[in-house]
Amino acid sequence: MTLSAGTGGAPRVELLDTRGVWKPVDGLLLELDELQVEFRTRDGVAKAINGVSFDLHEGETLAILGESGSGKSVTAQAIMGILDSPPAFITGGEVRYCGQDILKLSDEERRRVRGPEISMVFQDALSALNPVFPVGWQIAEMFRMHRGMNKSDSLAQAIRLMQRVQIPGAAQRVKAYPHQFSGGMRQRIMIAMAIALDPAVLIADEPTTALDVTVQAQIMQLLADLQQERRMGLILITHDLGVVADVADRIAVMYAGRIVEQADIFELYAQPAHPYTKGLLDSIPRLDQKGETLSAIGGLPPNLMNIPSGCPFNPRCHYAQDICRVDPPPPLREIARHRLAACHFSELLLTHNPELQVTQTTEAVEAHLERELQDPVATAGLDHEEDIERGVEPR
Amino acid sequence: MNGEVVLKAENLVKHYPIKAGVLRRTVGWVKAVDGVSFELYKGETLGIVGESGCGKSTLGRMLMRLEEPTGGKLTFDGVDVYSQKGADMRRLRRDIQIVFQDPYTSLNPRMTVGDIVGEPFEIHRDAVPKGRRRQRVQELLDLVGLNPEHINRYPHQFSGGQRQRIGIARGVALNPKVIICDEPVSALDVSVQAQVVNLLEQLQSELGLAYIFIAHDLSVVRHISDRVGVMYLGKLVELGDEDQIYSRPTHPYTQALLSAVPLPDPTMRNMREQIVLTGDVPSPANPPKACRFHTRCWKAQEICSIEEPLLVERPDGESAHLSACHFAEPRVIL
Repeated sequence: MTLSAGTGGAPRVELLDTRGVWKPVDGLLLELDELQVEFRTRDGVAKAINGVSFDLHEGETLAILGESGSGKSVTAQAIMGILDSPPAFITGGEVRYCGQDILKLSDEERRRVRGPEISMVFQDALSALNPVFPVGWQIAEMFRMHRGMNKSDSLAQAIRLMQRVQIPGAAQRVKAYPHQFSGGMRQRIMIAMAIALDPAVLIADEPTTALDVTVQAQIMQLLADLQQERRMGLILITHDLGVVADVADRIAVMYAGRIVEQADIFELYAQPAHPYTKGLLDSIPRLDQKGETLSAIGGLPPNLMNIPSGCPFNPRCHYAQDICRVDPPPPLREIARHRLAACHFSELLLTHNPELQVTQTTEAVEAHLERELQDPVATAGLDHEEDIERGVEPR
Repeated sequence: MNGEVVLKAENLVKHYPIKAGVLRRTVGWVKAVDGVSFELYKGETLGIVGESGCGKSTLGRMLMRLEEPTGGKLTFDGVDVYSQKGADMRRLRRDIQIVFQDPYTSLNPRMTVGDIVGEPFEIHRDAVPKGRRRQRVQELLDLVGLNPEHINRYPHQFSGGQRQRIGIARGVALNPKVIICDEPVSALDVSVQAQVVNLLEQLQSELGLAYIFIAHDLSVVRHISDRVGVMYLGKLVELGDEDQIYSRPTHPYTQALLSAVPLPDPTMRNMREQIVLTGDVPSPANPPKACRFHTRCWKAQEICSIEEPLLVERPDGESAHLSACHFAEPRVIL
């Protein structure tokens, strides 16, 4: 949703009734097929997404879980078609909406998808909203631009939406500016804008990360209600294992631009089939339990300009063997009914098979990382020249 | 709780003036911290939780005397902190150190790790003799799990988790007795968080440190804390040991806060009752009268807006702990 400042009620785009053009087949809304995105920067090419595939059905909540740099937000931006290019380039794959590859659409056609069909809620509402226009105007813009409504009708619609997202005193506050609202209220305004044109797919990118926990509960409840009411497909992007557990039906775990595991939410939490997922679940402190020492995953997520060969998780994995260190990386494959995982040893991990041996401890991972740090070329964000000048020898 | 009290806060108050107009006249006060009292024992961790704007970070800065108090008294090992001056104050600062939230901005990008961790020795020149300083810095780096050979590197050459380790090494450099940890892990990724939490626990047992652990993440606080204080709009509303606060909370705000935390366990979905509070936290410039929570509380009655409930021991079913509610009663949330 790029908000260009509209100057009047007159629509700038030629209006077409797009309702009914997009019809999901058997409830299948969105399919990603081997999507690849890279960022070409001055320092090199960062492979942000390396073949991501998933699908989304009507009324379903799919959570995409990952740490920073895992590619979860880039995936969302690629679906929305709001990647900045350059530096980002989609180098392969398809994003099919209702069976049609929307990456091949023209910019104009794409605009007609963005908003009425696929819409997005951003993390930071204060920077996503335009500070110089009243919020009502910004919500109403959706109706003016896409439906060709006049000023007063569109504003009435905006008030209706603000009421729907439970903003108290909507009619009075429709002319207020974003900074006059609290964080939670701003996020509600973002949600009102996103659902304005009744989209079939809603992408929520870390919708509650900037919010306090009591407000987070309100917003998640609102999203769940709206989804149920409109049978939207919801893609929830987050790093919070708690939020995911509360709302998602299915979950895709991302690591270094790949989905490493995809499963039904209950099955994944009960029995993770990828060592990374297992590590994540083991490393979080639990509110309902007083634990001992946390079992941390050692090391760091990889630098996307220099992803390790083989399985990208192998330098941090407790079960890594020789096969994990050589290309090709383990493919995302079906390891049980409705369960996908990208690990050579998923079956063993699932069944707690004693044949699966711990090959490197957290300490070993840390030690390995130290060696990596000694090697100036291998590490993220290092000022290489400085290192070489100072004569740090690579081992 | 037995043991020796190292830090004692009595009725700490910090009000910031709100200035307006051309004359910059003071038109009101933001009551960031408004009467907070507690004791910190040797070697324990006191967690402070609360939502943004509740005053927990201001409290942390007051304990360091980075903020001059509007009122109240702070005693460290029997010494009144706020009345100390010059060299005495500087000596006192050795014993209370702080680790900041954001490892990206709290380290000077133009200084090497050795300079950053060694800076406390420049200020407190008698702490370590000059010839031994470099060696001491390397020992500290080793202690926090960094490679001592990296002493000449700059902060940008480290990841977020490693930078936080640098901040911690600087914090423990002068062998303090108390470390204030202000959101030390909230800027870190989940898989890195655990490493830093483990490090803090390990240092505590090795060096006998007492922590004030300020955070908004209730799970992390439970994990690391012995006792927990819950803040709302500049006041402590409940204070007790970790089990009392998490298993038998008596203040409605604590109950709402705990029930709002999503548990990483889908089987618990719909299994527990969620208390969804309406509205947002009121402005600390104009907090509600008497009980500050009464505008959002489902138990509120007339008395709540007339008489302020005191933070006193109230029964929680099995024992009693401090709670500031007229209608305090234990409720199982988790």
